Amino acid sequence: MPTLNINGRNMSVEAAPDTPLLWAIREQLQMTGTKFGCGAGLCGACTVHLNGEAVRSCQTSLSDAAGKKITTIEGLSAKGDHPLQKAWIAEQVPQCGYCQSGQIMQAASLLAKNSDPSREQVIAHMEGNLCRCMTYSRIQKAILRAASEMRTASNAPTERRAT
Amino acid sequence: MNSHVKITTSEPADLSRRSFLIGTAATGLALGYSAVPGLLGSDQAFAAASAFDASVWYSIGPDGIVNVTCGKADMGQHIASTMAQIICEELGANWKDMRIQLASNDPKFNDPVLGAQITGGSWSTMMNFDAMSRAGAAGRIALTDAAVVALGIPPFYKDELVVRDSTITHPQSKKSITFAEIVKSGKITKTFTPEELKAIKLKSPDQYTMIGVSVPQLDIPSKTNGTAKYGIDVMLPGMVYGRIVTPPVRFGATVKSVDDSEAKKVPGFIKAVILDDKTATTSGWVVAVANTYANAIKAADALKISYDDGPNAKLSSQSLLDEARRLQALDDSGLFFVKDGDTAAAFGTAAKVMEAEYTTNINIHAPLEPMNATAELKGDIWHLYSGNQFATRSGAIAAGAAGVDPKYVVMHQMFLGGGFGRRLDADMMVPAVQAAKAVGKPVKVIYSRQNDMTMDFSRPLTFQKVKAGLDGDGKLIALNHDVVSAWPTKRWGIPDFLSPSVDKKGALDAFTVNGADFFYSVPNHNVRAILNEMAHNATPSGQLRSVAPGWTFWAVESMVDEIAHAVGKDPAQYRIDMLDGKGANAGGAQRLRNTLLAAMGMSGYGTVELPKGEGMGIACVSSQERATASWTACVAHVAVAPSGEVKVKKLTVATDVGTQVHPDNIRAQVEGAALWGLSLAMHEKATLKNGGIEQTNFDTYTPLRMSQVPEVTVSIIANGQKATGVGEPAVTVIAPALGNAIFNASGARVRSLPITAEAVKAAMDKA
Repeated sequence: MPTLNINGRNMSVEAAPDTPLLWAIREQLQMTGTKFGCGAGLCGACTVHLNGEAVRSCQTSLSDAAGKKITTIEGLSAKGDHPLQKAWIAEQVPQCGYCQSGQIMQAASLLAKNSDPSREQVIAHMEGNLCRCMTYSRIQKAILRAASEMRTASNAPTERRAT
Repeated sequence: MNSHVKITTSEPADLSRRSFLIGTAATGLALGYSAVPGLLGSDQAFAAASAFDASVWYSIGPDGIVNVTCGKADMGQHIASTMAQIICEELGANWKDMRIQLASNDPKFNDPVLGAQITGGSWSTMMNFDAMSRAGAAGRIALTDAAVVALGIPPFYKDELVVRDSTITHPQSKKSITFAEIVKSGKITKTFTPEELKAIKLKSPDQYTMIGVSVPQLDIPSKTNGTAKYGIDVMLPGMVYGRIVTPPVRFGATVKSVDDSEAKKVPGFIKAVILDDKTATTSGWVVAVANTYANAIKAADALKISYDDGPNAKLSSQSLLDEARRLQALDDSGLFFVKDGDTAAAFGTAAKVMEAEYTTNINIHAPLEPMNATAELKGDIWHLYSGNQFATRSGAIAAGAAGVDPKYVVMHQMFLGGGFGRRLDADMMVPAVQAAKAVGKPVKVIYSRQNDMTMDFSRPLTFQKVKAGLDGDGKLIALNHDVVSAWPTKRWGIPDFLSPSVDKKGALDAFTVNGADFFYSVPNHNVRAILNEMAHNATPSGQLRSVAPGWTFWAVESMVDEIAHAVGKDPAQYRIDMLDGKGANAGGAQRLRNTLLAAMGMSGYGTVELPKGEGMGIACVSSQERATASWTACVAHVAVAPSGEVKVKKLTVATDVGTQVHPDNIRAQVEGAALWGLSLAMHEKATLKNGGIEQTNFDTYTPLRMSQVPEVTVSIIANGQKATGVGEPAVTVIAPALGNAIFNASGARVRSLPITAEAVKAAMDKA
């Protein structure tokens, strides 16, 4: 019975070690924010973080995930107020919304490493995430908005000290 | 012409004729109010602190929260939020107090115009605007009457009350009361007859404070934190899982035998269920049921199933196309959708005759949420949980699968992880119901992506032949337009959704020819709708976002361009000359002309010389139907490389929507639709081989990704006429605008979708 560390909590799940992480998270642990789209790593709907890296949970087995820190959309922020989530609302990004957990998790792994991505870097990083409603331009805008807000927030204390 | 929008009560479910109950309640406003306590003469007093059910569409709680029930599928168009916005306008509520929920299949939530629960056609806003406005206004009047009493104001001052932000104020006396306080008081007594509802004077557009405002969509926050619940997210106590195994052919296979000896070694495996589908929605499907979905996958993979592949096992896309050509060549094929003047005589006098063939390949909906449904039998009642666009029919299909009367089926609506017409169909209900019945437990069935793609009710392969006759001045005087395809709507088995041919010789599927009845003035004009029975049987097809106008305008708007070039006229001017607004085209033609001019102006069409290899192309459409058109035009700007590679530099789209409820949402929908148009025109192609769809996932069926998105400029024209739909029309204008742009850039005329570099190169070499 593998034990998983998800969103800071240890959880045990009754499943074979080769079970895709996706199905354990969604159907057994009932955290349904992570979505199933293709089962082949082609659409990005199931993206979660493994030790901070964006991975496709449909292509990650429980044995791969054991002992690592797993973060899902439910654990990205305490109150759904990660700068990306706020930017997603500000830009009114989602249409059907089904891909958006994966989009946000994919984008979060970019901004964690690069707080000032170019448009081209955003596109390259997000290319594996399909949006069937084609909200791509708003996704781009929201990522750049969140990046800008994160930079402002991290600069703020420095600026205060300077004055 | 298309007359589908009047759906009246039809016969009860009769599975042998595949005819389904559409609605038993009366149509019209009474439907929306028939079960309303406090309205329609019911003198039932409200208990203190109970909710005020102002109409079936919403109630107001003692806390002042306005809970709107939406009878439409919410699949990304934010329609529940839009319904709430229309109600909120007339009710005078604060947007912060509005909440939404999705309706069950109770007929009281049927569309007031359509008389059924169906979401499609870009109809929802236009067909519900009046009913939701009246529902909101009725609530405001009832609340205002109660406020007069509560505030102790003489009744003749009633008209001086101001209703805004969920508060009713008497400015002179500075007295005010909130909706919450009124509801809490339990003093609402006003009732309405249907006649009184009809007589309510609604706000005029200059009085709007909500309509036309881009309020925050009520569903969006839940779609950023994982809490929005889609069909796939349903969890029921004691639930087990089903994974379907589908045969190699799209339709017509039967299961000969199932060997589950290996599946039995999978822990948690419960049973393999062979579907017995009397609704003929599926064929040859088996469900592997297990305690978890992961185990259900393993069990499904371990099943050894042998099939009789049935009558369609040798068919390919090429066979469907060959059959379409054969049918088109016959004089007596099909039924007339349009028959104006005498085209045969006009061709006899024409100075020039041109012919062209246009084709589109099979397309797959592929919403990102794979098809799924969860079924549970509780007592005598089947409960189905699924995101669905056609609860009325899907409930009947579920009933057919269960072998019960449709009245014993409750459909629990969920958010749809994409609809695009796919979830008008009900196939997912069949495995869920029959698996649940077989194992005696609630079952959630989730399709694999492969199941979802290979068993899609796809946009059909289409073949169109257009023959044009021109007079000595190059004017279009005769047009024969034949459209050959599977008939998706005929498959539904609902006679009211078919339309009589213009010569009353039969019923045709107008959803395969809409758009061909355009607003150009052409004195002699025939449109034949021809059923490709082979395609109809081998590739049971469905309605895919934008439906017929997605192919009819591909033909019409390409052909008009070809004609203009052939007679040396500017394609824009040639169109404008035909949009003269004569006869039945009055009004619509002028709106389309204005929209075309708007798109041309925004794109700078014709104002600068483009570099070699670049070109702009135009198209304009009256999608979805003549009676429900949103006037839409596009200027596409492309660059074509000598290799035939096409780079789309910019799409400029203008659309006349009459009245805009939510400007930002309209822009989002129009942009999404335009990109769908691009994706269908250049990136998406499915093929049939040996009776099966060859594409099984997003590696071979390839919708647009972020790097392929061009610059898109959208302009919304709101001229104060009635609100029209926005989810689909812009899909249909893109392909012909691109084809025409490619011609202007390279001299290559392409006539088949999707457009490939090879086809462009071949056409360049021919040019």
